Amino acid sequence: MADYMNIFTQLQVASPPHAGPPIPNKEFRAGRPFLSKLIGWFGNAQVGPVYLGTLGVFSLICGFIAFEIIGLNMWASVNWSLSEFIRQLPWLALEPPAPSNGLAFPKLNEGGWWLMAGFFLTLAIILWWVRTYRRARAHGMGTHVAWAFAAAIWLYLVLGFFRPLLMGSWGEAVPFGIFPHLDWTAALSIRYGNLFYNPFHALSIVFLYGSTLLFAMHGATVLALSHLGGEREVGQIVDRGTAAERGALFWRWTMGFNATFESIHRWAWWFAVLCPLTGGIGILLTGTAVDNWYLWAVKHDFAPSYAAAYQVLPDPATLPENSKFEVKP
Amino acid sequence: MALLSFERRYRVRGGTLLGGNLFDFWVGPFYVGFFGVTTMFFAIVGTALIFWGASQGPTWNPWLINIEPPALKHGLRFAPLMEGGIWQLVTICAIGAFSSWALRQAEISRKLGMALHIPIAYSVAILAYVTLVVVRPVLLGAWGHGFPYGIFSHLDWVSNTGYQYLHFHYNPAHMIAVSFFFTTTLALSLHGGLILSAVNPVKGQSVRTAEYEDSFFRDHIGYSIGALGIHRLGLFLALSAGIWSAICIVISGPFWTKGWPEWWSWWLSLPVWN
Repeated sequence: MADYMNIFTQLQVASPPHAGPPIPNKEFRAGRPFLSKLIGWFGNAQVGPVYLGTLGVFSLICGFIAFEIIGLNMWASVNWSLSEFIRQLPWLALEPPAPSNGLAFPKLNEGGWWLMAGFFLTLAIILWWVRTYRRARAHGMGTHVAWAFAAAIWLYLVLGFFRPLLMGSWGEAVPFGIFPHLDWTAALSIRYGNLFYNPFHALSIVFLYGSTLLFAMHGATVLALSHLGGEREVGQIVDRGTAAERGALFWRWTMGFNATFESIHRWAWWFAVLCPLTGGIGILLTGTAVDNWYLWAVKHDFAPSYAAAYQVLPDPATLPENSKFEVKP
Repeated sequence: MALLSFERRYRVRGGTLLGGNLFDFWVGPFYVGFFGVTTMFFAIVGTALIFWGASQGPTWNPWLINIEPPALKHGLRFAPLMEGGIWQLVTICAIGAFSSWALRQAEISRKLGMALHIPIAYSVAILAYVTLVVVRPVLLGAWGHGFPYGIFSHLDWVSNTGYQYLHFHYNPAHMIAVSFFFTTTLALSLHGGLILSAVNPVKGQSVRTAEYEDSFFRDHIGYSIGALGIHRLGLFLALSAGIWSAICIVISGPFWTKGWPEWWSWWLSLPVWN
């Protein structure tokens, strides 16, 4: 344990900032790069430059518009009081239209602002996706980062677009706001009979925890090999050295199986990508294909059935108009 | 089990913490060591106990097999076997097996000349488990506050425990833990994607070097944390997720008994708002 664990970079070599390899349209690289000693303790000391192309700039503008629409609506909801805005900020929301609005374009103050904020946020995200793809190509690299990002966009679009479309109402979508989106999550789970019984939710959680486990294992393995150059992963992939060999043997001796320095990144990519991919499927099925995940689980023999503690009530939405039902004590 | 082509020269003596040369050997790909023996002992006894408990229960459906902790009336005493005693023994075996596994990781690290990041990281997972089944039950005064061992029964426990505090999403430590889980997964996708995109470049091009990895991220978001930094960040994020998970459950009950939404009233009543 007396060995140094390489948690911080103890000795920083200061050289002029790197301009980076040549790319097309190099003149779009903006900002003068600088070195930060503080940041250099944890990672690379160099900050910047950044590529400010058309896509990126328009993405930032759209994101800013969405941010402003959300923020100003929240501020308006507390009568433009700055202190109340800060005080109540975690509770404030920009809500989607009421369910009665269906998929129509609502009035501005009845969900119209929400629809507009969602439109600009979506535009910002899609522009940023194209930017991610094109930056990779400009470097002659694969587009794995962009496709991983696409998996997250899938979940985002299911929550705010595809599922509301299938359900026939924007009111099904998630509100903007810190506590309000948490309320939405809990309400969705309760309304559809506990999302824990949704097998795709279960898979999504497995990949979320699995990703965390994998990054702990991978990060720890590479740091434990850093005195042998273990962090130079691309080099170890194309020309295996003792760091890669020891990393492989550690897991082989521990659990009988090992990845390679390349394949661990395939495991990583798939675990991270499958988390929103399966999660999106689970949300898309909720309310559209399955109305109560608990009863669905009982039917498919993976949840115990309990005797009804309360009288079973009919769903008011399924009753003919003006009919009444009594609740017996 | 065949050795890897380079494996033989790494299979040398030494690095053990206990037992000297006695258990310093391999079975197939597995290293044994003193802690390999104790791991096997606890794992086999614990698994057998679970099967025995299942045989005394109502179902062999693997989704529904359930080993319950003792009822609250037993407090912190040993319960009769069929009334939660099996759960207590399984818990002892689990802690024994997990701790042995961590110490075995330490022995293998030493044998391979590696630093001890992996066993330390794994200890955080053990800490989270022990917090759930030992620390919190002890603070609350009954083993019955531990979670049951079963696939869907433990999900029911999570659901029920969460709703005891009305809405667990409002637990500030839970918020931090979930944020760390999401951020870890985001960072993992970025790291995995970046390495794969460097080693699998555009057709006809040569493999990309670290210079390209850094340049891609600088152009993309203005900063590249670098090859060493991303592993520090990933480990930090992942361990923080585990640590804050343990915190969020240990404060629920022992230190806060009301609904979590109510906890936030301190913010609303800060004197600065007047």
